[in-house]
Amino acid sequence: MATIPMEHGLIVAGILFTLGLIGVLARRNIIFVLMSIEVMLNAAGLAFVVAGSRWGQPDGQVMFLFILAMAAAEVSVGLALVLQIYHHFKTLDTDAASRMRG
Amino acid sequence: MLNLLWLVPVIPFASFLVLALFGRRFSRTLSAWIGVVSIGLSAALAVLVAVSFLTSPPAGNAFTQVLWTWISVGSFTPQIAFRLDALSLIMMLVVTFVSFLIHLYSAEYMEDEENYALFFAYMNLFVGSMLTLVLSDNLLLLYLGWEGVGLCSYLLIGFWYKDPKNGYAARKAFVVTRVGDTAMAVGLFLIFTQLGTLNIQDALTKAVQVWPVGSGMAVAAAALLLGGAVGKSAQLPLQTWLPDAMAGPTPVSALIHAATMVTAGVYLIARTHTIFALAPAVQLAVAIIGALTLLLAGFSALTQSDIKRVLAYSTISQIGYMFLALGVGAWSAAIFHFMTHAFFKALLFLGAGAIIITLHHEQNMFRMGGLRRQLPLVFWTFLIGAASLSALPLVTAGFFSKDLILYDAFASTSGSPWLWAAGITGALLTAVYTFRMVFLTFYGDARQQVTHQPGWRVNIPLVILAALSIIGGYIELPETLGNLPVFSNFTASILPAPSLARGGIGVLLPLQIVAALAALGGIYLAYLFFLRRPQLARSLSHARLGAALHRFWFSGWGFDWLYDHLLVYPYIWLARVDRTDVFDYIYQGLAALTRALWRGLSRTQAGMLRWYAAGVAVGAIVIIALVVVLL
Amino acid sequence: MNVVFYLSAAIAVIATILVVTRVNAMHALLYLIVSLLAVAIIFYTLGAPFIAALEVIVYAGAIMVLFIFAIMLLNLGPHSEEQERIWMRATGWAGPVILAALLLAEIIYIIIGRSPTIGSAQPIQPAAVGAALYGPYLIGVELASILLLAALVGAYHLGHIRRALREASVEAAALRARTLESRPTGEQEPLGQPK
Repeated sequence: MATIPMEHGLIVAGILFTLGLIGVLARRNIIFVLMSIEVMLNAAGLAFVVAGSRWGQPDGQVMFLFILAMAAAEVSVGLALVLQIYHHFKTLDTDAASRMRG
Repeated sequence: MLNLLWLVPVIPFASFLVLALFGRRFSRTLSAWIGVVSIGLSAALAVLVAVSFLTSPPAGNAFTQVLWTWISVGSFTPQIAFRLDALSLIMMLVVTFVSFLIHLYSAEYMEDEENYALFFAYMNLFVGSMLTLVLSDNLLLLYLGWEGVGLCSYLLIGFWYKDPKNGYAARKAFVVTRVGDTAMAVGLFLIFTQLGTLNIQDALTKAVQVWPVGSGMAVAAAALLLGGAVGKSAQLPLQTWLPDAMAGPTPVSALIHAATMVTAGVYLIARTHTIFALAPAVQLAVAIIGALTLLLAGFSALTQSDIKRVLAYSTISQIGYMFLALGVGAWSAAIFHFMTHAFFKALLFLGAGAIIITLHHEQNMFRMGGLRRQLPLVFWTFLIGAASLSALPLVTAGFFSKDLILYDAFASTSGSPWLWAAGITGALLTAVYTFRMVFLTFYGDARQQVTHQPGWRVNIPLVILAALSIIGGYIELPETLGNLPVFSNFTASILPAPSLARGGIGVLLPLQIVAALAALGGIYLAYLFFLRRPQLARSLSHARLGAALHRFWFSGWGFDWLYDHLLVYPYIWLARVDRTDVFDYIYQGLAALTRALWRGLSRTQAGMLRWYAAGVAVGAIVIIALVVVLL
Repeated sequence: MNVVFYLSAAIAVIATILVVTRVNAMHALLYLIVSLLAVAIIFYTLGAPFIAALEVIVYAGAIMVLFIFAIMLLNLGPHSEEQERIWMRATGWAGPVILAALLLAEIIYIIIGRSPTIGSAQPIQPAAVGAALYGPYLIGVELASILLLAALVGAYHLGHIRRALREASVEAAALRARTLESRPTGEQEPLGQPK
């Protein structure tokens, strides 16, 4: 197995996380926002696994499993909501659903 | 009998209450009766008390009647107490007697005015306050009377309140005297903190023990008391209110602004003369103020056309004489002049009032004339008063009192020939302007006809005051004329005689002759310029220099202009700048800031998903940055 | 083995960049799958083969497929790409890039502020993971299954579109397609290829 400094693995996770953050903040299409959220979740999981590998414990992988389960649940509910939004607003623009403005 | 002393001020107060509360329901006759009779009672009681005091003088020549303790806080225990000694006896008698005559007079004078009962209520309140002032045995009660007379002056000057000019004059009087009152209050504070008591006699004895002659505290206390006196007595520099105060009814001018209230300052200085003796610099200032004021007012009186304003400036000038006397240490002479002045000045004002009311409120002398034949009684009494004012030798009371002052001004150790010279010049001026007034008003062609003759209520006070203006001086005969100083002997217990540096009959006689010549010369000058050859006066006043001087003296030496530009206009400007209340901006600013914050914050509620996500990101960055920086 | 790690890390980063910047949803999804596969290889190099397999099977295989089904269901039509291009103006990227760069800077600052620690050489067997799951993390497993049940029920109910709404949306889609075909091309972004 590779003997990589933990810092490098965490930096990779960090880069993936910020790329996902850019996608969430910059895209208007809600599908892309959800995709970017998946990217962020994946990056967080990567960080967990890197930590578990560094300490030689299975706990990191267990956390990743839970993240996986949560991501699955979130995506299914989220996409169902996206369908509802699309049928209501006739568009996938996140800025269209802004009735709760101050 | 002496125990009735307290009734003397209290009866007018009671009558004030009755008239103020119920006067509206009384008929005019009843209001007049209550108003006049209360003062009459007070005067009668004053006479009784005086007789009792004179026939069986109490111990120490003073009688104190304590009513109750007013305040009791630690060592500060002023009482409501009246003290009767020689000085307050004279003041009380003069005040009550002259007030009674003036009340009787105003029963007829104010007959056609509205608020008749209220007039008498205010007048009675005034008399009560004035009596409190002169009878009180401590400075706090004196100050209460002081403020009371100031209030009544304001109320009575502005009695015809519907004309805003009267209200302005009343306000001016109040504000200018207020300046003096504040100085006096500070003086009272000083006296209390330094001497520990406000009881007059205690304070004076303590002052002699505690303050060396010329010490800073004595000078400060005396100067502050002088400030109060100057305000109330309309001397330099606070003399601007008295000519305008003539806006009030003539009985008010007679009572308050001639005979009584304006002499309160003289009384104060005479009463606290010990403190002034401890501060020779301030005493000299008193004399100088007196001398300057008498000259200044004399010149101004020479140019006036309103008969009441002539008398107002004359009052200022005569009180200047009293201040001159006080300044050279002739306390008794000052009080003597106060007494005679009360008689003849009240007489002159009442006479002027009679003229005014019979000519339908005409006050301009140049529109009068020839009243000698139309109002004979008024003419003769007015003439007697004018003669007394001009100090016509030997036959008038004014001669004796003014002459005494002039002699003391020359001869006293604190006096000087310069002060005497000012006094003599003033005497000349007095004679000129007084008889100018007489000739313009009573001689010459009649320009208007009188509408009616005055009634008994006007005539009797005039006659009585005329008699007093003649015989009132005979109680103090100088050495050259009989040597009967009854008055000074009587007051010697309270008011010590001045120490003379250049005295003696050898000095007195020439001075008397010069004074007599000044008076007679002034009368002749007035006769020349205003009766015989009026065109001389006219050409003088139309010449370049003459016109300028005339304008300058007419406006009272420009003091009104000076005070307007120095004090009034800057204050008004400041008030205008602060029109929207600068301090309000602080509170408005707070509200505006809150509103701005609200507007800013409500913009963050954009309703857009990306905006909120960005908010989360920014928050995360900030918190991580804090962790990074602080740990 | 280290080379494999760095290589697949690079592939993952590039693929993620492409995910975020595509205009076609399908393309983005496929790039996302590539990224996930690269991350699975990273897992394997770090000694977590079980998780690598799960990443491929569940994440890339199930969740992404769910995404694809949803996009197909949406039936966006050909104009969606133009719409995306319109939305993806350059000015909209400045803020997010700056924020993300700041965050990345902070994260890297925190991470490299310590002495480098090497990961362990031994892989962690699935048996160990299983033992951990059914040992100390048993509650987590049960909760995860309840979460999935809740998601199932929720997705079913939330996904139900009322009849009227569905027909209205179908009509609206057809209308949009017709108007876009007949509209002059000046108003939209110029297309790279003729229709």
